[in-house]
Amino acid sequence: MDKTFTARRRRDLIIAAVLAGLAALAPLVIKDVYVQNILILTLMYAALSQSWNILSGYCGQISLGHALYFGIGAYTTELLFTKFGVLPWFGMLAGGVIAAIIAMGLGYPFFRLRGHYFVIATIVIAEIGLLLFQNWEWAGAAMGITVPVRGDSWLKFQFMRSKLPYFYFALVLCSLAWFVTWWLEDSKWGFWWRAVKDNPEAAESLGVVVFNSKMGAAAVSAFLVAIGGAFYAQFLAYIDPESVMGFQFSLLMALPAVLGGIGTLWGPVLGAVILIPMTELTRSYIGGSGRGVDLIVYGALIVAISLALPQGLVSLLSRTKTKGATR
Amino acid sequence: MTAQAIIQSLASGLLMGLLYGLIAVGLALIFGLMDVTNFAHGEFLMIAMYLSFFLFAFFAIDPLLSAPLVAAAMFVFGAVVYLLVVRFAMRAKANAGMVQIFTTFGLAILMRGLAQFFFTPDYRSIPQSWVGGKTVSVAGIFLPEPQLIGAAVSIAAFGGLYFFIHRTDFGRALEATREDPGAVALVGIDKNRVFAFGWGLGAALVGLAGAIMAVFFYIYPDVGASFALIAYVTVALGGFGSVFGALAGGIIVGLVEATTALLLPPSLKSVGIYAVYLLVVFIRPRGLFGSM
Repeated sequence: MDKTFTARRRRDLIIAAVLAGLAALAPLVIKDVYVQNILILTLMYAALSQSWNILSGYCGQISLGHALYFGIGAYTTELLFTKFGVLPWFGMLAGGVIAAIIAMGLGYPFFRLRGHYFVIATIVIAEIGLLLFQNWEWAGAAMGITVPVRGDSWLKFQFMRSKLPYFYFALVLCSLAWFVTWWLEDSKWGFWWRAVKDNPEAAESLGVVVFNSKMGAAAVSAFLVAIGGAFYAQFLAYIDPESVMGFQFSLLMALPAVLGGIGTLWGPVLGAVILIPMTELTRSYIGGSGRGVDLIVYGALIVAISLALPQGLVSLLSRTKTKGATR
Repeated sequence: MTAQAIIQSLASGLLMGLLYGLIAVGLALIFGLMDVTNFAHGEFLMIAMYLSFFLFAFFAIDPLLSAPLVAAAMFVFGAVVYLLVVRFAMRAKANAGMVQIFTTFGLAILMRGLAQFFFTPDYRSIPQSWVGGKTVSVAGIFLPEPQLIGAAVSIAAFGGLYFFIHRTDFGRALEATREDPGAVALVGIDKNRVFAFGWGLGAALVGLAGAIMAVFFYIYPDVGASFALIAYVTVALGGFGSVFGALAGGIIVGLVEATTALLLPPSLKSVGIYAVYLLVVFIRPRGLFGSM
């Protein structure tokens, strides 16, 4: 490790700690529930996108089916909670583990596929999951599950009186996803993933176990996304297949990273901070009419960023930083 | 389940499958030509359906007559999309694959948003067309006329495409560019022109399919999304880049869909298609007729 790399990593950690600390103080100033809601969603999408980025950004396996893992996290938590009275905390962990196992199970055949074939396979598998849940009577079919109120406590992970506990959980989740990424970036896995992304054949010839490193990325990525799904289900207190497993979720998870910078540490955070408030504001001020203005803004932005800044907005911030982060 | 019912659904599946082939072939063509997947392919279909609808609503031109017009307009649209957007996505040095994927995806979202903005999310249809709602009965099997016409157009289009690729200069240039994009420049073929033409041709073919589908399918901003996924499956089944594969893939998809609908509840009819897709790419990652 050269000095600058270690120094940069330490600086990243300090910046992240300061940002998280500032975010934790934000509710002291921001009392408006509508704004708090936007903050919660921003943190959640930052966490999801950071998790998506592990498999798709660092390891280069573009998944547009991560809504499957999000939905599994949400459904595992709520099915265990409503049918068996299991506390959401355990449901959340179970959902994460199940999602990781499914991700590895799917990875077994999927990781042989290249490029577009892989992308389409991920879309297809999420679509199958969606159709199955829509037809699964025991899980509420297309009607979904309304989460019953069982209390107002951290134990039950339900909060009626204030949104703040959800905010702090989302902040922890976002920090966790960031920290995991930060930690893995400088681990054996992180180097393997970048090698696999850049040139799988060369990586293989140099002794990188390509298949295993893809599996590892898929498991970590799916686990974290499922935790996000469990959180979202408790936060909304209502889930249905389309709203937690629909294709738009797969896309919404990818977009902050694409905008901010795929395969970078700060890309997903930066992307979410810009994209989510913008989406929420366009939706409530102009998009509510169903006229699709939010889609127009979204679409135009993705095309523009992809063409003008293929490495995302972080590449604007500092040239050397991007160089270090994408390598 | 009677034999009659089985033959009936297989016949409907075959007709629908020929149309799926026509929807998908443009995607296969572009992929074969330049190794790019157009994730806005479904939105091309959607635009064509709206074009057909408005030609009917404002000028009372029946979709069957307007189909060539729609195809021609889509040709220009496809070429313009290539020249204005895709051409630049091809130049990306960093993250090349992702740039192409997200550029065309962004385009899809943009087109869907524009359609919602200008045409509203309302469902529209053309019920009073010449063939709308009519059926033909052959030996006790009922075949809807719009699908029959669609199948006939599809077969004609595939025939035309075969002739074009193998018998015309431009077709040969297309094939040469696809074989070796670097070498064609040496013999004076402008790669960019060929690619623009390929995008135009691909859009025209899906435009033709859209015009026919406008007769018997609801038209709304998201209509492309579900057909796009079927088109990717069709293309992947037949093998990306193979024109003949798209036709074969379409027929297989149509038949699988019809069979699944017989066995499972209608809401699960797409599961069969997706399952077959997964099965095929696991056994043959390049599809049934894909090269390599």
